[in-house]
Amino acid sequence: MLDKNGIAKRIAQEVQDGFYVNLGIGIPTLVANYVRDDIELEFQSENGILGMGPFPREEDVDADLINAGKQTITALPSASFFDSALSFGMIRGQHVDLTILGAMEVAQNGNIANWKIPGKMVKGMGGAMDLVGSAKNIIVAMMHTNKAGDSKLLKTCSLPLTGVECVTKIVTNLAVLDIVDKKFRLLERAPGVSVEAIQQATEGDLIIEGDIPEMKL
Amino acid sequence: MINKTVNNVTEALEGIHDGMTFMLGGFGLSGIPENCIQELVKRNVKKVTCISNNAGVDDFGLGLLLKKKQIKKMISSYVGENAEFERQMLSGELEVDLIPQGTLAERCRASQNGIPAFYTPAGYGTEVAEGKEVRDFDGKPHIMEEAFKADFAFVKAWKGDEAGNLIFKGTARNFNPLMCGAAKVTVVEVEELVKPGELDPNFIHIPGIFVQRIFQGEKYEKRIEQRTTQS
Repeated sequence: MLDKNGIAKRIAQEVQDGFYVNLGIGIPTLVANYVRDDIELEFQSENGILGMGPFPREEDVDADLINAGKQTITALPSASFFDSALSFGMIRGQHVDLTILGAMEVAQNGNIANWKIPGKMVKGMGGAMDLVGSAKNIIVAMMHTNKAGDSKLLKTCSLPLTGVECVTKIVTNLAVLDIVDKKFRLLERAPGVSVEAIQQATEGDLIIEGDIPEMKL
Repeated sequence: MINKTVNNVTEALEGIHDGMTFMLGGFGLSGIPENCIQELVKRNVKKVTCISNNAGVDDFGLGLLLKKKQIKKMISSYVGENAEFERQMLSGELEVDLIPQGTLAERCRASQNGIPAFYTPAGYGTEVAEGKEVRDFDGKPHIMEEAFKADFAFVKAWKGDEAGNLIFKGTARNFNPLMCGAAKVTVVEVEELVKPGELDPNFIHIPGIFVQRIFQGEKYEKRIEQRTTQS
C-alpha cells in the first residue's frame, strides 16, 4: 500500500517531456518532487504563474508570489505572470497538457465530486470545475477509501458533482486505474496489494484483464 | 493628461453606500486592496454584495467585514479559510453564490469588455448549471454565464501613475486587472504612485481609461496565509 508520497511518485511517471502541468492542492502538489530531472516541463498555478519553482528559502519569501494553495513559492527564470482570465484561458483552451487533482468521489463514468458535502462542508470549487470541464488529460490522486473505510470509486457519485465524464486516470494508495466503457479498469497494483483487496475496496464495476502488474516505483 | 488621483482613501471611497455591489481584487490575501477594506470597515457600510475570489481570513481581508456582519452576499469561488464565513453561511445569515474560478474571472472580464454573456464548459452537469441556458458547440455542452454588474471595483496594483496606468506584481495580479472598468467606479490603491512618464508604456498592464480614482495606500501588511519554505 502507498502513502501520499508514493501516490505522487507514481503519478510523476505520467508526466512527459514538454508538458505544461497544473497541480491541485494536497497530494498533487507533491508530484513536483518526483518528476524525472531529464525531462523539460512547466508547472502552471491557476492564480497566475507559469514556470513555478520550488518553495523559497526563508530570506526569499515574497507575499506577492504564491501558488493556488496560497503557499509561498519561487518563479523559475522561464516564468511568466498573468491575470486570472488568461490563466483560465490556458486551461479552458486546452493549452495545459495535464491536470492532476484530488477527489472525494469518482464514478465509473468519469464523474468527479470534490467541492462540497451538503450541510457539512462547503469550501467552494475554486478552479476545479474549469479544470475538469476542459482538460483532455485528468489524473485523480486520492486514497482508495475514505476515513470510514468506504470506497471512493463508485458506480455513481453521491456528492454534488464537480464535472461529468471527465476523469481519465486514477492513482490511489492501492492501484492505478483508467476508465473504459464507463467502467474502472485495473492497470497496476500497489506493492504488496492483491487484486482481491482492490476489488473489495472498489464499489464501482471493475474490469480485470489478465495478470495485473505491480507498480514500478 | 487626465489626472485620476485622489488624496486619500476617504476621498477614494466617496459615494459608497449600503446595499451596493463591490468587486474586490486579490487571491487569498495576495493582492487585496487592504486600505480600501479598512475604510469599508470604518465606514460600516452594510448589506453589501462582494464579488471576490475568496473571503479573507477571520481577522484580515474581507473577514473583517464579515465579522461586523456588513456583507449580505458573497460571490466567490473558494471560501475555505474562514471559520466565521462558514458559520454565517451554514446558519443562513449570509447568502453565498459559489462559482467556478475561471467563470468568476471571465464574468469580470466580460463586464470590463462590454460583452454581456459567454458560454463555458465549466460547471456543466453540476448544480452551477441549474437554471442556465445550455448550448452545444462542436458537440460539447456549454452553459451561458453573464457579465457582472457592480457599483465599485476596489483594486490593488503595485505601481500606478497619476493618469491611472497600472502595473501589477507577481501573482498579486490575479483578478485585479480584470476588475478595472468592470464596475461603475474603479478605485485603485497602489504601493507606489508616480508621475506620468515614470512608467514605461510598453509595460503597462492596465491603461488609465479603466480607472476613475487612484491613490497611494498608506500602509501594506501583505499578510501571508501559508508561509512555506525549503526545509
